[in-house]
Amino acid sequence: MPITPPPPRRGRGGAKRVLPGFGLTLGYTLFYLSIIVLIPLSALVFKTFTMTWPQFWEAVSAPRVMASYRLTFGASLIAALVNLVFGLLIAWVLVRYRFPGKKIVDALVDLPFALPTAVAGISLTALLAGNGWIGQYLEPLGIQLAFKPAGIVIALIFIGLPFVVRTVQPVLEDAEKELEEAATSLGATRLQIFFKVILPSITPALLTGFAMAFARAVGEYGSVIFIAGNMPMISEITPLIIIGKLEQYDYAGATAVAVVMLIISFALLLVINALQAWQRRHAGAPA
Amino acid sequence: MKSLTLKTVLASLAFAASGAAMAQNQLLNVSYDVAREFYKDYNAAFAAHYKKTTGKDVKIDQSHAGSSAQARAVNDGLDADVVTMNTTTDIEFLAGNGVVAKDWAKKFPHDASPTTSTMLFLVRNGNPKNIKDWDDLIKPGVQVVVVNPKTGGNGRYAYLAAWGAAREKGATDAQAAEFVGKLYKNVPVLGKGGRDATAIFLQRNIGDVLITFESEVISIDREFGKGKVQAVYPSSSIVAENPVAVVERTVAKKGTATLAKQYLDYLYSDEAQEIAAQHALRPRSEAVLKKHADTFKPLKQFTVAKYFGSLSEAQKVHFNDGGQFDKLYTPGK
Repeated sequence: MPITPPPPRRGRGGAKRVLPGFGLTLGYTLFYLSIIVLIPLSALVFKTFTMTWPQFWEAVSAPRVMASYRLTFGASLIAALVNLVFGLLIAWVLVRYRFPGKKIVDALVDLPFALPTAVAGISLTALLAGNGWIGQYLEPLGIQLAFKPAGIVIALIFIGLPFVVRTVQPVLEDAEKELEEAATSLGATRLQIFFKVILPSITPALLTGFAMAFARAVGEYGSVIFIAGNMPMISEITPLIIIGKLEQYDYAGATAVAVVMLIISFALLLVINALQAWQRRHAGAPA
Repeated sequence: MKSLTLKTVLASLAFAASGAAMAQNQLLNVSYDVAREFYKDYNAAFAAHYKKTTGKDVKIDQSHAGSSAQARAVNDGLDADVVTMNTTTDIEFLAGNGVVAKDWAKKFPHDASPTTSTMLFLVRNGNPKNIKDWDDLIKPGVQVVVVNPKTGGNGRYAYLAAWGAAREKGATDAQAAEFVGKLYKNVPVLGKGGRDATAIFLQRNIGDVLITFESEVISIDREFGKGKVQAVYPSSSIVAENPVAVVERTVAKKGTATLAKQYLDYLYSDEAQEIAAQHALRPRSEAVLKKHADTFKPLKQFTVAKYFGSLSEAQKVHFNDGGQFDKLYTPGK
């Protein structure tokens, strides 16, 4: 997903580019993507060809599976939105302020990347369960997070946070302070500056971070499985449905559900990409 | 450059040849998750026994993970010489794909299951909810922790044990279905696997009763000491077989058929049965079982075959997508 805007378009063919070798690099890009992404994924699709259409449809549209799509995509969306807001906040603080221990805080952001997801899930469960550090105070209030869909969202927020912070941070660092100063001298309020000057310049990066956090959350298994509760129709995530099908040695059914997940994810990522392009055209992002 | 590559090729060939020679006395046992400790002890005993009888050394490699995941790995090409599982369906699957012999269950005594386990209840210390038998599990206000039958053999056995126990008391299949439905209404959390369910019950303090393998119950007792939880023996429970088989595909390739058979045969020896008993697996040997009567309390048991035909048939009727278990949870039943 491009973060920087593409060079200005000059019509097709015969356009003078600054650097030669476009054909070669494009060829290499497609080749590499095929090896790493497309071939494994096409193997997945081919596995589903062993089913007839009705079988495929039955596998991917059973009530339990449908409930799991709603949960997985819904929880991922909520988690990515939360990360969008708070990830921006953290990136802002890390870029704009100096405080003791900043380096440590900066390093902490990457921890969810490094931690085995199962460890994350088990620690979160231990915190939030009725007898955990945090859960013991929430339970008497009737708030139960562990083994409920809410727990799934929390786990997904945890693993998705670094994506937003790390994509927005460099863009914020590059943002020109002079623009803000100019806006202030022209009498803009702080809110106006944020919404009219800062936000447009970081929106593409924000959207990229959001898309990554979302995509990662959709496929997440390890951290969620320990906190979800795994109740059919209520708290079963789609990756668990896939594992369940593999347990029945239903390879084709498992890949069918995986293919549906891929299609939905790809469609959503395309929408996010389109949003970026639209935003760029309208906001006239700084080139 | 050229001579160097030639040297490397020759060296690797020589190495491969020596590897092949060594493979004669090397076995890979692909097994399920919680059998790690048992097979560690058993492998040492078998190696000593083999050395004594043949004078040769033998090296046993272990691989442990979820039973079905291991079966899939072997099916997809993991070169196991023997598979030792905790559900017959996993070996049936390999037999169906020609990886193990079609008649694997007849190759060793007791349907090729040298050890068994059964499903018991674990309750909080002092049994505050006074849980004695299966019927107590469907009372309002009792919370039951079990493994999801979709993701673990432990959960499948718990479900079948509940169903069979209802049948033992004279219920029809329809009444048993109703009973099992009520039981799962009392389940707040479905564990992913046996150890996960144990953690939910013990460490997260969720539920009043945990249904799990006897082997798990005994190891919890040892680990957490008496005074935290206690085992409850219901009026009847199921026989959960731990089947073993030689992986014909691998032993044909590696020439380890005899050794693999000896390895599995020795599981039935008194020494191995004793090790199994120490690891909370019910021995088949009557003598060893009697010796450990305080660990394995007598209990009325029924086999899977008695009410379900076979585990594979139970899988089709109850656990496959759209089966009986799904019906408990999907609306519009």
